[in-house]
Amino acid sequence: MSSIIKKEYDIPANDFSLAGEASSNVRKLLTQLGVYPTVIKRTSIAMYEAELNVVIHGNGGKARVEIFEDKIEILVYDEGPGIEDIELAMKEGYSTAPDFIREMGFGAGMGLSNIKKNSDRFVLESEPNKGTRVYITIYLY
Amino acid sequence: MEVKQIKELITGEVHTCADRMDIVIKSACGADLMSDVMAFSKENAMLLTGLVNPQVIRTAEMMDIQVVVFVRGKKPTAEMCELAEEKGIVLLSTELTMFTACGILYKAGIAGKGSGCE
Repeated sequence: MSSIIKKEYDIPANDFSLAGEASSNVRKLLTQLGVYPTVIKRTSIAMYEAELNVVIHGNGGKARVEIFEDKIEILVYDEGPGIEDIELAMKEGYSTAPDFIREMGFGAGMGLSNIKKNSDRFVLESEPNKGTRVYITIYLY
Repeated sequence: MEVKQIKELITGEVHTCADRMDIVIKSACGADLMSDVMAFSKENAMLLTGLVNPQVIRTAEMMDIQVVVFVRGKKPTAEMCELAEEKGIVLLSTELTMFTACGILYKAGIAGKGSGCE
């Protein structure tokens, strides 16, 4: 099945005034399409957490969003330093975020598990020095 | 409870969306850690926080939080107000501490919904 809407967003590195802009756009789009509020919220949370990760850890990257009749597929990726130990990174409370990120209210080590919690399908691919790819699928119904 | 009553209870100052004082708030959360708001506060429409940066507004937007109260005399920046106006988010500030502001509102009937808090 081909997608109804396909969008691509740039996620600039270390620009916290713009972090969340892509997620905000997707949120607007889903609202216009009349998607269920609970689905919009889950999508917003998952994508915003992924977007923040790219800003904080990934030196910037991109997000690809495809909306199908029955689901939303999101790929958020970067070519940053990657994750050495994915299992450890998935653990709630584990974070490698620097202090200035924590001072901004993030970096509590909840992001990846929160993406997983809000997604119907979540795949994380990462290799040191090659970057990270987060695949999120959320069903509309 | 309508936002205008909340404003009175915490002697708050309104910074944005003054035309939305009739929004009804039933539950709220208090946090300086946006990570926690994202992870534990799915059902609350109001956030009390001592953190002042644009990501507070972004987080509020993603979480459907309609009202943000800055405690301990902190005030939102012009950039934050602009973003909040655009998103229709009411920004209030109060001189009260987080504990006192939350206590007053809790006593007045605002609930705290979230993991283990119902």
